[in-house]
Amino acid sequence: MPETGVNPTHSKSTGLPRKRFYRARAHSNPLSDSHFPVPISPSHVDYSLHYPQFFPSSDQSDSSRKIQFADIGCGFGGLLISLSTLFPETLMIGMELRDKVTEYVKERILSLRVANPGQYQNVSVVRTNSMKYIPNHFEKGSLSKMFFLFPDPHFKEKNHRRRVISPFLLDEYAYVLEVGGIIYTITDVEELGDWMKSCLKNHPLFEPLTEKELEADPVVKLLTSATEEGQKVARNAGQTFQAVFRRIVPSDQIS
Amino acid sequence: MDEEVVTESRKETEVAPALVSVHPDGHYVAVAVGPELRVFDLIGGCAASLVDDSVDQPFHKDNIRAIRFGANGKLFVSAGDDKTLKIWSSQSWQCISTVSSEKRVTAVAISNDGLHVCFADKFGLVWVVDLNQPSRDKKPTPLLSHYCSIITSLEFSPDNRFILSADRDFKIRVTNFPNNPLNGAHQIQSFCLGHTEFVSCLAFVPAQEGPHSLLLSGSGDSTVRLWDISSGALLDTCEVAVKAGLLESNGKAEEHDHAVTNLCTTLDGLLVAVSIQSLRGIVLLRCNVSAQTLSVAKVVSIAGEAFIPTCLANNPLTRELWMVTGVSNLPGYNYPSLARVLVISGIDVEQEPVVLGDNKIPGGEKLLETLQGTASVDDNAFLVAAEAVKAAMCNLLIKKQYPSENREYRKKTRNDRKLKE
Repeated sequence: MPETGVNPTHSKSTGLPRKRFYRARAHSNPLSDSHFPVPISPSHVDYSLHYPQFFPSSDQSDSSRKIQFADIGCGFGGLLISLSTLFPETLMIGMELRDKVTEYVKERILSLRVANPGQYQNVSVVRTNSMKYIPNHFEKGSLSKMFFLFPDPHFKEKNHRRRVISPFLLDEYAYVLEVGGIIYTITDVEELGDWMKSCLKNHPLFEPLTEKELEADPVVKLLTSATEEGQKVARNAGQTFQAVFRRIVPSDQIS
Repeated sequence: MDEEVVTESRKETEVAPALVSVHPDGHYVAVAVGPELRVFDLIGGCAASLVDDSVDQPFHKDNIRAIRFGANGKLFVSAGDDKTLKIWSSQSWQCISTVSSEKRVTAVAISNDGLHVCFADKFGLVWVVDLNQPSRDKKPTPLLSHYCSIITSLEFSPDNRFILSADRDFKIRVTNFPNNPLNGAHQIQSFCLGHTEFVSCLAFVPAQEGPHSLLLSGSGDSTVRLWDISSGALLDTCEVAVKAGLLESNGKAEEHDHAVTNLCTTLDGLLVAVSIQSLRGIVLLRCNVSAQTLSVAKVVSIAGEAFIPTCLANNPLTRELWMVTGVSNLPGYNYPSLARVLVISGIDVEQEPVVLGDNKIPGGEKLLETLQGTASVDDNAFLVAAEAVKAAMCNLLIKKQYPSENREYRKKTRNDRKLKE
């Protein structure tokens, strides 16, 4: 990308896009019918557009490599960027509903790829409403990690159905997660933290990770340190509430 | 003021199509149009009288959106815009129970063992009612949810292992129906994805040999598709409108002119009757189960009158296809609950199907009187009715597209823009 140097929305020193040119509202209504392209089915997702170095042509019939991590509501992409170098061989995608924010993350990834040749090739972003279109993007049991970091709290009871973690949406997340796959949630709103934990606890297809497992998982530390929202909470010396659960086979089906 | 205009036009276009259902033993035919439920006893040769001790006629206070007989022939359910589901005995025609829904009901299904009734509301939630509960006013329990999408069709698989739900966001969800559904149905078997418009109807081709039944779906994209539900794999796509010669293969359908509105399997799924918007008649598809293909067998046109079926039902014993056209109310006309019933007999691979004249219809004049109502209606009204049904369906199931100028105008009222000025 030779014109990066003259792109007025990018920083002159780092070549990265500057947030001030991608201002967006903090929240977006997940119930409204926005218009953006939705893949008809997971096999219609063109991997060559997202990961050109891994998929040089749009013919992907020979490749068995699939997206394994999904950051739902990725925001400005802090977690993805950290995960990208931690798991350089794993394909990962951020999903974001706000178009300007998606544009920012797209630019950020492209700039990082230019500045660090060979790196950040495994990360991409898509604008979509993941509460509606998860099954259009991922096949059954294809994901090993899903992230829901600092989601919109939707305090009012009548808006609880807009929450991205809810008993019914967990059915769909369980569908796209492989058995043993892990769902990570974190928030700085205690009420939402309790809600997410109880939704997961009451769902027959999820079980909590043990303290020991949480300790051993390098990704857990990133939840607070790598995300923009997490850093903000740390700056203000706020509290965070996390719930990390594993996709299991329900007890009545183990033979 | 702007809002007022919107609500008014919505009221006017919000009409419900007429529905038909046939008892699995061919004992009864039921037609629902507007709030009215009309049932005819084909064996007794008279109208069946429905009894509901809790309310006066009409039993539903608003348009009925879904009716269905249970597979074992003991139950009949009706539900709709009045947010109530009524479960009837299809022997005594007593209302066994009335279930209240929080939202309008769009689809219903009865499990094949007759133990559960499921219904879907306009916000994408599917509810289950346990018929073993002793109380008369049964409470529904949430079973599963399509996130804020209108569910258009609900269907149990013939082996009762799965419940299928289709929605306006092009998808069909196949969910394991658990032993105790009151705890919710959390295990999704598959999603059948491939339609490029709303899915309007589902039907099963029962398994002849082997364990797997195949699924058929019709859609606003003018196709009927064949699916393997255990994997969600698309087996075949039949572009019915193109194949039946209704439109050129390259010509884009005007305003969803050829949306598939209903599907009905006959002869154990060997032939599939398809109703299409704007088609005066039906298309018969041949379903080859072993080769897993769909092809157009023939188009049965209805001559002499403007009859575009809004719903189809099969009588497996007599090999008759029952069709209804009609609308709950017609803006500009004084015909409430307009309905017209026709029957096609001789649905067979070898035979030539025949559209029966009114004098040859089973049940005769009495049946027509019961199901259609008495008022004689001019032909033109049915054309207007078909247009109204089409407009209502598009309004309900197709996402509104706002042109870019319009969008800019709407954004002018945004608070963050105002601040800048």
